[in-house]
Amino acid sequence: MATIYIDNKAYEVKEGKNLLETCLTLGFNLPYFCWHPAMGSVGACRQCAVKVFKDETDTRGRITMSCMESVSNELRLSISDADAVQFRANIIEWLMTNHPHDCAVCDEGGSCHLQDMTVMTGHNYRRFEYKKRTYQNQYLGPFINHEMNRCIQCYRCVRFYKDYAGGKDLDVFAAHNHVYFGRSEDGILQNEFSGNLAEVCPTGVFTDKTLKEHYTRKWDFTSAPSVCQHCSLGCNIIAAERYGELRQITSRYNGEVNGYFICDRGRFGYEFVNSPLRIKEAKLRDENSKDLNKKNLLNKTSALITPGKTIGIGSPRTSMESNFALRKLIGAENFYQGISEQEASLHKLILEVMNSGIAYIPSLKEVEEADAILVLGEDLHNSAPMLALAVRQAIQKGPSELKTSLPAWHSLALKEFIQQEHAPLFIANPLKTQLDELAQASLNLSPAEIIQLGYAIAHHIDSASPIEHLLSESLLKEAKAIAKALSKAKKPLIITGTSSMQEGLVKAAANIAKSLKTANLCFVEHECNSLGLAMMDAPPLEEAMKHVFLNDTDTVIILENDLYRRTSSGNVDRFFEACKEIIVIDHLHNKTTQKASVLIPTGTFAESDGTLINNEGRAQSFFQALNAKNELIQESWRWLNELFSLQKGISIKDRTSPHELLEEIAIAMPQFKGIAQAVLQSDFRINGQRIPREPHRYSGRTAMNAHDNVSEPKPAQDLDTPMSFTMEGYRGEPPSSIIPFYWSPGWNSVQSVNKFQIEIGGALHGGDPGIRLINNKEGMSSYYDNNFVPIELKDQEWLAIPVQHIYGSDELSIHTPGVTERSPQPYIGLNKLDAENLNLQDGSKVTFETDGEEVTLPLRIITELPRKVAILPHGLQDFNCHLPIILRIKNLKKSR
Amino acid sequence: MFSIIRSIWLTSLHMFRKRATIEYPEHKAPLHPRYRGRIVLTRDPDGMERCVGCYLCAAACPVDCIALQATEDENHRRYPEFFRINFSRCIFCGYCEEACPTYAIQLIPDFEISEYDRQNLVYEKQDLLISGEGKYPGYNYYKVAGLDAGVKNKGEGDNEEPPIDIHSLLP
Ligand code: SF4
Ligand code: SF4
Ligand code: SF4
Ligand code: SF4
Ligand code: FES
Repeated sequence: MATIYIDNKAYEVKEGKNLLETCLTLGFNLPYFCWHPAMGSVGACRQCAVKVFKDETDTRGRITMSCMESVSNELRLSISDADAVQFRANIIEWLMTNHPHDCAVCDEGGSCHLQDMTVMTGHNYRRFEYKKRTYQNQYLGPFINHEMNRCIQCYRCVRFYKDYAGGKDLDVFAAHNHVYFGRSEDGILQNEFSGNLAEVCPTGVFTDKTLKEHYTRKWDFTSAPSVCQHCSLGCNIIAAERYGELRQITSRYNGEVNGYFICDRGRFGYEFVNSPLRIKEAKLRDENSKDLNKKNLLNKTSALITPGKTIGIGSPRTSMESNFALRKLIGAENFYQGISEQEASLHKLILEVMNSGIAYIPSLKEVEEADAILVLGEDLHNSAPMLALAVRQAIQKGPSELKTSLPAWHSLALKEFIQQEHAPLFIANPLKTQLDELAQASLNLSPAEIIQLGYAIAHHIDSASPIEHLLSESLLKEAKAIAKALSKAKKPLIITGTSSMQEGLVKAAANIAKSLKTANLCFVEHECNSLGLAMMDAPPLEEAMKHVFLNDTDTVIILENDLYRRTSSGNVDRFFEACKEIIVIDHLHNKTTQKASVLIPTGTFAESDGTLINNEGRAQSFFQALNAKNELIQESWRWLNELFSLQKGISIKDRTSPHELLEEIAIAMPQFKGIAQAVLQSDFRINGQRIPREPHRYSGRTAMNAHDNVSEPKPAQDLDTPMSFTMEGYRGEPPSSIIPFYWSPGWNSVQSVNKFQIEIGGALHGGDPGIRLINNKEGMSSYYDNNFVPIELKDQEWLAIPVQHIYGSDELSIHTPGVTERSPQPYIGLNKLDAENLNLQDGSKVTFETDGEEVTLPLRIITELPRKVAILPHGLQDFNCHLPIILRIKNLKKSR
Repeated sequence: MFSIIRSIWLTSLHMFRKRATIEYPEHKAPLHPRYRGRIVLTRDPDGMERCVGCYLCAAACPVDCIALQATEDENHRRYPEFFRINFSRCIFCGYCEEACPTYAIQLIPDFEISEYDRQNLVYEKQDLLISGEGKYPGYNYYKVAGLDAGVKNKGEGDNEEPPIDIHSLLP
């Protein structure tokens, strides 16, 4: 701690920080542009000037950039000094000389940091009489809009895109006052985190193009705190609604999880909510769906559910509440996980390892602190994008033995100091990954080789760990090097996951972690609630099928799950034939909903309250942003609860709130102890007031529905949460788990998050939201055995494994037009030599047999792919769901 | 006593003054052009809609009776897809006009908008849009804005340099 004097008043502050963040932490309004809490300082914009004095007697002082000066004891500075104030006003005036007269048509307006800072410094009249500089814009793809005239040359965009996120195709061009931020030529921004440019850029140069399609100002949104549904990391997001449509996703700060950023799949994948494929009407056998109102749908559905003769199939892409409500309705013994046996057993194993306490399960923030990382069989940019970003930060910090006195915020100096020295990163994956450029070694191996490499590493560290089988000399050498680097590290981290569906990977990773004793271990799963569903510990889909085939069960309730994505279509078809009633609850039409005899519409995450459990076992709640006019669109758990009430003869009016449901979960399944703390009780109030989802400037309340009826309808009530759907309520800072939007007086842009943090870049006031459910420390008693069974592949046989695509592999985000545009078409990937042997070129048709049917796909030649391994993109076709399999390629070599 | 007579006298004198009351509706009061009555949406000198859908009027409105949705044409010119004013709520404060950066929304000296049915006081864009420029002739926002919305090319605005050639190394 140090004492500093700001305008002659003493403050106790933390050392090692710069003056800007210190002033902001203390609550002062000090303008800035180029500094960013996640990216540090470069001192480029000169906006954050303050005056620093030598000592008490110094009256002249010197103007300095507060972002470039460290806190030191007894330091005296002045924010309100007349020279400093004038200096800051001049800087804004200069920045504004070329700024276009665009605010009215600029998407940044109303959430613009430049507007905020201009108002803050008091500049309001243009004295500069000369002409303004102009630029041509570029086409940057379906996600980001470019309007270069608005640039103030703060360099934040390139610092984020290139230095922080590792992007290659955005840069600064030209010289002096002509500098240009863009691509070398028009084209789609390639980096998976490009959407953050819209938040990082303090002006309207880079803005969200999908928002432009239905543009709404920030003050007009009804927003809700939400959680991303598109991978297992559970990044926190803000979901924003206007006129009954979901219109924008922005990142919601969570110091433990995603920090300031989210990936493009999470930001732009929201449009499935507004998709024409949405289920809006119920279907009940052949009845006219128009007659089905909520009440008779409930009654008729309830009549079909016979206790004991009904089974339920849960889903990894819906909330804990919904899964639990289904389990409660049909009984624990009739509840099944809606995933394949293969995936379920993989999850079970992961949970076993996580619960064993052999390793610490880090949050994304803690991943950034690792000093040696090993990634086994995951392409993180495609399977868990934000984890890739966290790994990059850890590695770019440089090796731990690189000692420096430079403070952590001094980003440019640190970059110069570190140069190309990276912390050790090792990647073993069938394909190249984008992190390879940072890796000490990146090995493209077959799944079996990756597993054996893992065992070899563990065996090197601790010879009690089972020995590897069949590894080449060179790979053994690699294993030795990796083992050495990992044992040397203080915070080694091993990352693996379910992408390639290999149990061996989990076991090998666990063995390495155990051998290291103090390792961090991070698992990646497929879906947003994969781990939560796994924790419910129910039998898999195949068991449900068996149950129906063997018993006289006749009704199945399928909860938000397209079974055709889970197991072979033949199996699913046979299963559906055996069921008399197929009750499907879902929000988008898919192959399963077509088979439904009863189809019940449900809300997406934007229309629902619920809780998800992410890959580190953190329970996080999302809240309803959108209030559907259609009474049939309500949360699955509400439908199921209402059915439960009907069955039990309880009045439906006795609503169960999400909090109560979570408490029930914790009672029914002790492994979820504490989960109810993830949400506040619905009667939580501050000064007797709710937290409003709408800002106080929300407009159009008395006109937006006036074309239907000039008398305004009663505002929607929220009985489930402490938030309101209106602008009335408590105007101060909400509790961290229910912050619907960031705003603070004078801070309209997302930078206002500063005001919500205990310390800049640290936890939110009251602690970051989310409850970690996995804290067990039982200790894994013994190493996993190495059950190595070599796979014999015949001449025409290949081992087909799934690969993840950030755009395409996820079931929901693919319904966003921009994501569809960027998703690959189905293909099969083969090694170059393999293709040559088959006499095939890139793009030629490959015919192979899988699942009893013949499939033909275009070929992608992938140079680095190990031989006799074929890759198929996950999620793009039904038959890809039960990989890995052995497939027979039918294209015969003609020249033989 | 005297003061009573004086008051009667002074009051009676008013009988010979010029009348302030006029026979409305036969006669109409002359209203100043800046009188704050019915709201219109005007057009720019080129006859295009002036409103750029910036939502500032809606935000300024103290009774929240303006609702609109911005959209763009093929030239990326932004305009309102719908624009609705609920005159049964409007208090004619003129804040919307003051907030408008384009002179699009203007209050005009017409107050005769009474209706038997309140629903008829909900005006849509076609009811609001007039064919002229209203009180402020000559202004065309897209000519002074930086972006290219099909009105002028980049760098061709009144106050703009030609676009930078980013390949040039000259100072
Ligand atoms: S970047 Fe900000 S200040 Fe500039 S035109 Fe856009 S809203 Fe206005
Ligand atoms: S484009 Fe935005 S982030 Fe980049 S330099 Fe310009 S103002 Fe800064
Ligand atoms: S990393 Fe995953 S959870 Fe985070 S924003 Fe991307 S898709 Fe969503
Ligand atoms: S303030 Fe003017 S330009 Fe903006 S939306 Fe209203 S009428 Fe249109
Ligand atoms: S924020 Fe300090 S110089 Fe830019």
